[in-house]
Amino acid sequence: MGSEAMKINLKVWRQPNSKAEGKFETYQLNEVSPDMSFLEMFDVLNEQLITDGGEPVAFDHDCREGICGMCSMFINGRPHGPKQGITTCQLHMRSFKDGDTIVVEPWRAQSFPVIKDLSVDRSAFDRIIASGGFVSVNTGNAVDANSILIPKDTADEAFAAATCIGCGACVAACKNSSAMLFVSAKVSQLSLLPQGKAERENRVIAMVDQMDKEGFGSCTNTGACSAECPKEIDLSNIARMNREYVRAKLVSK
Amino acid sequence: MSNKLDSKTPAGPLAEKWTQYRSTVPLVNPANKRNLEVIVVGTGLAGASAAATLAELGYKVKAFCFQDSPRRAHSIAAQGGINAAKNYQNDGDSVYRLFYDTIKGGDYRAREGNVYRLAEVSVNIIDQCVAQGVPFAREYGGTLSNRSFGGTQVQRTFYAAGQTGQQLLLGAYSALERQVGLGNVKMYARHEMLDVVTIDGKARGIIARNLVSGKLERHFGHAVLLCTGGYGNVFYLSTNAMGSNVTAAWKAHRKGAYFGNPCFTQIHPTCIPVSGHYQSKLTLMSESLRNDGRIWVPKQIDDKRHPNDIPEEERDYYLERRYPAFGNLVPRDIASRAAKERCDAGYGVGPSKMAVYLDFAYNLKNKYGRAEASKLGIDNPDDATLLRLGREVVKEKYGNLFDMYKQITNEDPYEVPMRIYPAVHYTMGGLWVDYELMTTVPGLYALGEANFSDHGANRLGASALMQGLADGYFVAPYTVGSYLSKEIHTKPINTDHEAFVQAEQAVQARLDQFLQVKGTKSVESYHRELGLIMWDKCGMARSEAGLKNAIQEIRALRDDFYKNVRVPGGQFEFNPELDKAGRVADFLELGELMCLDALDRNESCGGHFREEYQTEDGEALRDDEAYRYVAAWEYKGGSDWSLHKEALEYENIKIAQRSYK
Repeated sequence: MGSEAMKINLKVWRQPNSKAEGKFETYQLNEVSPDMSFLEMFDVLNEQLITDGGEPVAFDHDCREGICGMCSMFINGRPHGPKQGITTCQLHMRSFKDGDTIVVEPWRAQSFPVIKDLSVDRSAFDRIIASGGFVSVNTGNAVDANSILIPKDTADEAFAAATCIGCGACVAACKNSSAMLFVSAKVSQLSLLPQGKAERENRVIAMVDQMDKEGFGSCTNTGACSAECPKEIDLSNIARMNREYVRAKLVSK
Repeated sequence: MSNKLDSKTPAGPLAEKWTQYRSTVPLVNPANKRNLEVIVVGTGLAGASAAATLAELGYKVKAFCFQDSPRRAHSIAAQGGINAAKNYQNDGDSVYRLFYDTIKGGDYRAREGNVYRLAEVSVNIIDQCVAQGVPFAREYGGTLSNRSFGGTQVQRTFYAAGQTGQQLLLGAYSALERQVGLGNVKMYARHEMLDVVTIDGKARGIIARNLVSGKLERHFGHAVLLCTGGYGNVFYLSTNAMGSNVTAAWKAHRKGAYFGNPCFTQIHPTCIPVSGHYQSKLTLMSESLRNDGRIWVPKQIDDKRHPNDIPEEERDYYLERRYPAFGNLVPRDIASRAAKERCDAGYGVGPSKMAVYLDFAYNLKNKYGRAEASKLGIDNPDDATLLRLGREVVKEKYGNLFDMYKQITNEDPYEVPMRIYPAVHYTMGGLWVDYELMTTVPGLYALGEANFSDHGANRLGASALMQGLADGYFVAPYTVGSYLSKEIHTKPINTDHEAFVQAEQAVQARLDQFLQVKGTKSVESYHRELGLIMWDKCGMARSEAGLKNAIQEIRALRDDFYKNVRVPGGQFEFNPELDKAGRVADFLELGELMCLDALDRNESCGGHFREEYQTEDGEALRDDEAYRYVAAWEYKGGSDWSLHKEALEYENIKIAQRSYK
């Protein structure tokens, strides 16, 4: 803690809105503490821009503890930056060196249009969930919770898939902008659990259809999505979704 | 007592009130439901569950959130768990015991009827969430697992590792998105509510701003539900998300909704300490860690040794010393004050000396390590083996929290005790509501943290998730129906109505005002300054002189804001600085009311600690004669409020001095 302040050069993507052209702007920060988070560094930059009469950089962020999935910076060519298993808000400046130049861009995918600077529109993910990412059970329908016994291993596996935060790093990491990891995480969670089994065929078909409709690319098994996922969602979810999809096509009437 | 403060708690025995209410409440037939529109603002646990359930019932719902997706509401960050009186552990839990613990934990400042209902529906919540596919932690036999939380002696907390809020919210979000897909809910993400529209005294809609285009929109609703969370960010540094704000509740307050117990703030004892002036938020380390972590400071003032070098007998486990019955599991307000007391007395640790240790070594080794070794048949295991085995167990229970801690502090909590300090976490205060969760404005409801109703002066851990989902899934759908049953003849009101026009003009004028100041100081700088005033003078300890002083400082800061703030950019663009300006401007008004309320309450209770009112051993000294009431403040314009009191009657609980010794 409390090590020396660093000088950092930032090359940041600036784009006024979805229709305008964007370009990189360069900024220099002289007093970056290694204990700062990456987003706190952007707070300092924005404070400087505002007091100097400039335009602050727009970026999405909210919980700043790695769980809401809102922050979304593409840092030196990697979603959420150089470290494994964390979001941008959990990235601390001690992961960089004094004098480093850091390039910061928005998620780049046709299905995630830029709103401004580093903010993008990820509403496609909501529409995919709305197409089938749920168990159709109205409030009041439930039976006693312990009447559904679920083996611990199954529960753990479903939980691991359910920890997806919907940030979109998988899409940003993929050369095809595929959303397979995101979609398969939800399909896996609900097809593993007994509660989700009743509508597993409809679910996977509807969600894959919606994913295609949103313009996400195909999966070519490079594994970049899982490697860059801040929650380390496993690639095996994609395999499971493919099996679920084939199975659904075979059994559907 | 003012007429408006009728709590409408049903008559009859406590345990029958809610059943009686549900059995006799007027209903709306399915054909009429389709013509009734409900606006839900906020999509956290309360909002998402209410919007989904109302849509399932057949109402036309419009839901709003300022985030880019309803899944990101700050409920998502809740870590430790959700309480329910299931008694699956056969350890003596019951609806009554959960009710009693909650009233006592709240230091006898919550309403009996509401709290009993909360305990009653808690069991349905777990059933509902499991049915949705929420992957709670389970035992090997396939049943649900439980753990302990503060302020209780039973294990009634259900959890999903250290991310229970995420899993519950994703459950409610998927129910909500299902209704969006079915066309029953229209979702407005990246929209912020900037005013409530009232017509003939009833809430009839809202003015919202599309945060991408910047345009103002008018939305009609037969009823409006505010599920907009708490206002802990008035302190600038808190465990809340950056966007969490009071704006929707504050606009409602200015339109006639009374604000209940605004000074009741929860300071959570176990957060990662502040590390620098640039700090933007504080991160919580779940209360569930107090199950297995022991809190201590060195017995010697300013002890510079590494914590692992300080021998057992030179450590002061001050919670175990002061509160032997509950030990490390005392309620949050007590644990926080005890940490402050040790640090103020000079025993604090870490670079700032404003921290205490939360140490897992003892349980890693002795509780989990030994159990695992015995399972594996290892006789006389050495320390290294015990630590290794214990580490595996703890990793499964709290792995993500330990990772999070390491990421922020660069220290490994498996090896070195965590350093923690209290931080603002939750607000028990909020819009005053009656038993039906309706504010003093007819047709305007407040659910979840946005209302004041269930937690008194201190909330117990794992009860916020319970309350949010209770209100949204099981309470509001009945009580809102009761109101709407009398609205079936009200046709949708055209938003050209002058009330909508005037409300929009007022919102527009305020946006123009922010943009026209063209000063030099950032919105953030005002927020930070307000936070310092609030933390120093209206935080963990409050005094008459400090509060009076804070009110003057807040007024001066507010004046300065309207003279010198710089809000860059314009209205009709994506402009987060403009969004923030509105929120900070509202905090600058709320802060004054919080200090006023704290000044008025000449007692200490729960999280509200007035230095003048304490027992000889430093515990909160309540004054039940004079202050056993809910303070409900009516806005009169500017810095003028009038106080209404709802007396709290305890018919089923004997009020006592709270003791966890």
